[in-house]
Amino acid sequence: MSRFDELGLRNRRTIAWSAVPRESVDAFGATVCGAVERGWRIASLFGMPEIDDRTCLVAILANDTRGELGATSTLVGDAYPALTPACPQAHAFEREIAEQCGVVPDGHPWLKPLRRHPPDHLPPGRNAGAGVLDREAHPFYRVEGEEVHEVAVGPVHAGIIEPGHFRFQAHGERVLFLEIMLGYQHRGVERLLERLERDRGVLVAEAIAGDTVIGHAGAYCGALEALARSRKTPRGQTVRGIALELERLANHIGDLGAIAGDVAFQPAAAYLGRMRGECLNLLMALSGNRYGRGLVRPGGALFDVTPDMAGEMRDRLQRLGAELEPVLTLLFESASVQARLEGVGVVPRAACLEYGFVGPVARASELSRDVRYDHPWGIFRFAHIPVATMWAGDVFARALVRRLEIQRSLEFTIEQLGALPKGPARVDCGPLRSGELAVAMVEGWRGEIVHVVITDEQGRVRRHKVTDPSFHNWTALGLAMPGNEISDFPLCNKSFNLSYAGHDL
Amino acid sequence: MFAWLRARLAQGMRTSPFPRVGTAFPTRFRGRPVRDPARCRDACRGCAARAPSGFLTSVPDGPVELDLGACLFSPEEAGACPDGAISYSRDHRMAASTRDALVTPTGEVALARALDARARKLFRRSLRLRSVVVGSCSGCEAELVALGNVVFDMARFGIQFVASPRHADGIVVTGAVNTNMRVALEKTYAAVPAPKLVIAVGACAASGGPFAGSPEVAGGVGNILPVDLWVPGCPPHPLTMLDGLLRLLGGITA
Repeated sequence: MSRFDELGLRNRRTIAWSAVPRESVDAFGATVCGAVERGWRIASLFGMPEIDDRTCLVAILANDTRGELGATSTLVGDAYPALTPACPQAHAFEREIAEQCGVVPDGHPWLKPLRRHPPDHLPPGRNAGAGVLDREAHPFYRVEGEEVHEVAVGPVHAGIIEPGHFRFQAHGERVLFLEIMLGYQHRGVERLLERLERDRGVLVAEAIAGDTVIGHAGAYCGALEALARSRKTPRGQTVRGIALELERLANHIGDLGAIAGDVAFQPAAAYLGRMRGECLNLLMALSGNRYGRGLVRPGGALFDVTPDMAGEMRDRLQRLGAELEPVLTLLFESASVQARLEGVGVVPRAACLEYGFVGPVARASELSRDVRYDHPWGIFRFAHIPVATMWAGDVFARALVRRLEIQRSLEFTIEQLGALPKGPARVDCGPLRSGELAVAMVEGWRGEIVHVVITDEQGRVRRHKVTDPSFHNWTALGLAMPGNEISDFPLCNKSFNLSYAGHDL
Repeated sequence: MFAWLRARLAQGMRTSPFPRVGTAFPTRFRGRPVRDPARCRDACRGCAARAPSGFLTSVPDGPVELDLGACLFSPEEAGACPDGAISYSRDHRMAASTRDALVTPTGEVALARALDARARKLFRRSLRLRSVVVGSCSGCEAELVALGNVVFDMARFGIQFVASPRHADGIVVTGAVNTNMRVALEKTYAAVPAPKLVIAVGACAASGGPFAGSPEVAGGVGNILPVDLWVPGCPPHPLTMLDGLLRLLGGITA
């Protein structure tokens, strides 16, 4: 086992790319699997084109108790022994590597295309045809039986929803198996981030997932700032933190409203839908856009909070809190709502550990996992938000976690708006250092966002790896459904509300 | 039950008075971009190269032009002019009937025309739309969903999203039209009974938006389907969408 954990790598700190251990393929596998066995987590695992026909596999591991990160790497050709059989956390990452880099993880138990696109990270010495996963050669998993039937949903859905395909194997109303096929939103984000200058790149980062603008832009800028050794101003970090929590508020409130709508509890659905808009309007007052576009930029925040604005935002948040509380009480204390949420879509704690789920999904299963607490950055190093956890792992628990997070984000934003540090909100962010690796993590409202950036000898971006929390958590939805009724799928789905765009990139 | 009624009374009436009363947008709101010819030195042409999108274009010996369809409404795009000739107004109205109408030297857009008399008769009081998402970030969809909340409440104008293209009078396309959704888009359009509308919402549907130039996207829906309404924005404000829809239906003429 290499000294992957002695590199001094942390959230938003860089290390020399040459310091990352370069192991043999077998030792690399042993390092990653051994670390996961000892409680580390795979934060990112990806391929990077190397010289000739070789691909460099890079693993970023996270130790949440120690707040440390580790890294290791290996060189492979067109195949290597898969890590997934020993370490299920790697399963989606390895499918991604196969698709992006044309490297086959031998022995992977579920080697199907992840997004269905031609490889876009092939080493120079490989021709495009080699090793590509055949898009059509992977039929859906089928359950055979006289009374078993199949339900296909999507990619065009019945509501205003992003495209994705769900294939249910059902016996009567009971779901036996759910296979989720994604990739319909694939736009080639990573290649764009690697090719474009940062003034355009940040606009792409803001469009990785349209409901997580602050989260992804924050991770993008965090990685670049680390690589540029940019000074971070307390005021800029605080404004970003406030915006991140406003984004969390908007989405959690909106999703609780949507859950209410899915169980036909219309009053709460209507009120919460309106209050979600109030959070978006606060972001608009701050940044000029309802989703906070244009706010987070390398070097800080492009818009400052003026003293008048801080007072007005605090008033509006306090009013929002006062209006919200009775509605949430109404929602959570109605017996008809409780009956529909409890025991539905259970994700066991063991599965969260095994597959590495993140965000409210993990926290609803009694896993205290939150980047703001485990790997704090910016304002979260000084102002701690307690981690909200529940234990049941069902729709009700996920809804309750969000309710707690709404309350805590409200408290946080109101407090921070009253105590903004002095100084500029933004400073210049210089050129990137050459030959370094940076990891920037953000606790977005869905969970852990990871951007890994590696620069070449000229200080240009060589690889930009994006991991949205949905990348981990789509598997959780597939695990939560079997045993439930097919009519509970919308409700279950909404309790996760995962991003198609963030997964598909 | 009393708790429900009490909450209902406390919440009150929240629907926006739009379009009867104008909406006050916050000072920093970035609406329709405008170019002040007096402050612009056309000869400099530096802005087109500096802007981080295809928003600003200039042809040799011609004026600098603003393409609202390619505008991502970022502060940097307006900041690309060192003389401050380009800025964002607080005007939310900018939906147009043709793609060309979104390209202007000053940002003054010929706003969307009403449909012809026959189509107005069919759709004026009841327009059913099907949403098709083809390689987006989901920002535009979030605003389409917001159109249904109690504030914007587009159902009061007879506009509604339906579950099947076969029940729809038209489709709303969001996204840059990526390879993986191309077939689904064409099939969905084919499944809508004629006469049918196509409404392109957001910068992606008009030009590819932030993803323009990626080999995975076609860069907009214009070359694939006949579009009746273009709504610029990244994402467009719900009132920008609503304004465009009502103009199309003849509900707003001013």
